[in-house]
Amino acid sequence: MKILVCVKEVPDASAPMRIDPQTFRLDRSVPGALNEFDTHAIEEALRVKEGSGEGEVVALLMGPPRAADSLRKALALGADRVVHVAEDSLAGSDLLATTKVLAAAAERESPDLVLFGQQGSDSDGAVLCASVADRVRLPLISQAASLELSDGKAKVKRQTEYGYDVIEAPLPCVIAVSDAINEPRYPSLKGIMGAKKKTQETLTISDLSISADEVGEGGSATEVYALGEPPPRGESRRIEDNGDAAQAILQYLTEKKLL
Amino acid sequence: MPTLVYVEDHEGEPVKGSLGVLSKAARLGDEVAAVLCGSGVEKLADEVGRHGAARVLVADDAALEAPLPQPRVDVLARLIESEGFDTVLFGASVLTADVAAALASRLDAGLNWDLVDLESRDGELVGKRPALQDSVIVEVGWKRAPRLALIRSGTFEPAETGGSAEVAKIPVEIEDWSQQAVMLEQAHEESEGPSIEDADVIVAGGRGLGKPENFSLAEDLAKALGGAVAATRAVVDAGWYPYASQVGQTGKTVAPKLYIALGISGAIQHKVGMQSSGTIVAINKDPNAPIFEYSDLGVVGDVHEIVPKLTELVRQQKGS
Repeated sequence: MKILVCVKEVPDASAPMRIDPQTFRLDRSVPGALNEFDTHAIEEALRVKEGSGEGEVVALLMGPPRAADSLRKALALGADRVVHVAEDSLAGSDLLATTKVLAAAAERESPDLVLFGQQGSDSDGAVLCASVADRVRLPLISQAASLELSDGKAKVKRQTEYGYDVIEAPLPCVIAVSDAINEPRYPSLKGIMGAKKKTQETLTISDLSISADEVGEGGSATEVYALGEPPPRGESRRIEDNGDAAQAILQYLTEKKLL
Repeated sequence: MPTLVYVEDHEGEPVKGSLGVLSKAARLGDEVAAVLCGSGVEKLADEVGRHGAARVLVADDAALEAPLPQPRVDVLARLIESEGFDTVLFGASVLTADVAAALASRLDAGLNWDLVDLESRDGELVGKRPALQDSVIVEVGWKRAPRLALIRSGTFEPAETGGSAEVAKIPVEIEDWSQQAVMLEQAHEESEGPSIEDADVIVAGGRGLGKPENFSLAEDLAKALGGAVAATRAVVDAGWYPYASQVGQTGKTVAPKLYIALGISGAIQHKVGMQSSGTIVAINKDPNAPIFEYSDLGVVGDVHEIVPKLTELVRQQKGS
C-alpha cells in the first residue's frame, strides 16, 4: 500500500500574514510551516500504514526550495520519503496550474491512495483535491471524518451541511480528510533524528513533462486585480449588565426592526 | 456573457444559497440559465424559473440521485461546452466545491472561490474575495472563459422576479470512473427548524454556556425568535453540539440578518464564519472578549442571567 499525501507550506501561524501590494501574492518571505490541515492527512496515512503493518507514506509538496523545512517535518512525523517539486517559476500558480503539477507528480508515483488535508490555512480553499482527482481520473471523496480501508476499498464518513454521509470507493482513489478525523501526533526526537536519513527527492517541472508556460502566473486562468479594505461595520454599542440587559437588548432589536 | 447557475437541491427543495446566486446573476443583466442535476428534480424547475432564470436545464436521472460530485461534473462539462456558457456560478457547499473544482480541471478553466460579491465592470466579470481572515478584500478575475466561481454561502438573498422559464431536459451521460464512488448511506437533517444556512436569525453558543445542557438557553431563544442554533468549534469538538451546526473556518459560513453570540469569545476562526451577518449581538462576561470588537451590540454580563429573561421578553413581545 503506497499512500501519497499532498501537503503545502503556508505562512507560520505566528507570523502576521500580508499580501504583497505589488504582486498581489501572499508574502511568503515570513517563516513558513507545514499547513496544519495537512498534518491530519499525514497522521491518517501513518495510521493506515501502522494498522496494516506495511506500506509506504510519501509526502508530495509543490513550493519554493525553502519549503524543504515543511517536508522535513513530514518526515519527522513518519513519512517514509518526500517528493518536492521546487522551482521559482511555480510562484503565482492558481488552482489550475497547481493541479497540473500535482496530478503529474501523483501519476508518476501511481499510489494506491492519495490524501489531502481539507484546505490550505492561507487560501481557505477546499478545492485542490477534487481538481487533482478529476485530472488523474480517480474517484474522489472529500470532507472525510473517518476512513476505513478493506478489500481494496475505502469507506468514508463525509461531513456535510446536513450530517454524515457514508461513501465507498475502490482504490486507488483521492480522499480529502477533515481536521476532525484524528489528532495529529507530534514529531518524536527519534523521528526528527531519523528524518535526516530519509530520501528527499527534488523534481523540476520538466521532470514532469510540464512546460514553464503551464505554471506560474502565465499558466493560471485566474488573476488578481486589486486589494481593498473590507467595508467597515457601523458604530457599535456596549452595555454592562446591571440586571436590565435583557430589556436593553430587546429595545435594540426592536429599534433595528429585527423582531 | 451567457451565464449558467448550478442549482443544488436537498430533500426536494432548491437550496437557498443557489437561488440567491441565481437572483444575483439575473441582476447582473446577462442571459441566465439554471441547471438542476438530480433524481426527480424536474418538478423544481418552476420555482427556479421564478428566481431569474430564463431557461432551466434539467438533468434528471437516477444516477444523479446521491449528492456526489463526479457524475455531475460529466453532465455539466458536456453542457457548458455544447452550449458555450462562459460563466458558471455555484453557491458554495460541500458538494459544489468539489463539482466546481473538478470542472476547472476538466475544462482547463479558472476557478475563484469564497466570493462575497460579483460585478460586471466594462463587460468583465470581477469577483470579490475576502482574504487573510477577512481583513482584506481581493478583487479577482478570469483570463478566459469559462469563468467558474464559488460564492460564499449566505452572500445573496433569493429574490423572486415572477418570471417563468423555458424548461428543457439535457442528456445524462456518465463515465464509468465517475460512478465508482458510491453513497452507502446519506445524511439527513439532524435538527428541526430552519438550518443555519437558511435562517434569518441565528443564536450561537460557545464554551461560555458552561455545559452541554445549557444549550437549551440558545435553543429556547432561537425558538422564540424563529431562528436556528449554531455552535463554535470548541463546543462541537467537545461533543456538546453536532458538527452540522458549526460556524467558523472549519465549519459553515453564515450571514443571517441577526446573529446572537452567547458565551463566545470570538476567536478569528469563528469570526470568519459569521462576520458578514447583518447585526451581531454578543453576550459575554469577559469584557475583553475579542467578539466585542466586531459586535454591533456588546453586552458584558452572564448569559445564564440575561438569556432566560430575554427569551421571555421576546415571547411576550411576539405574543402581544
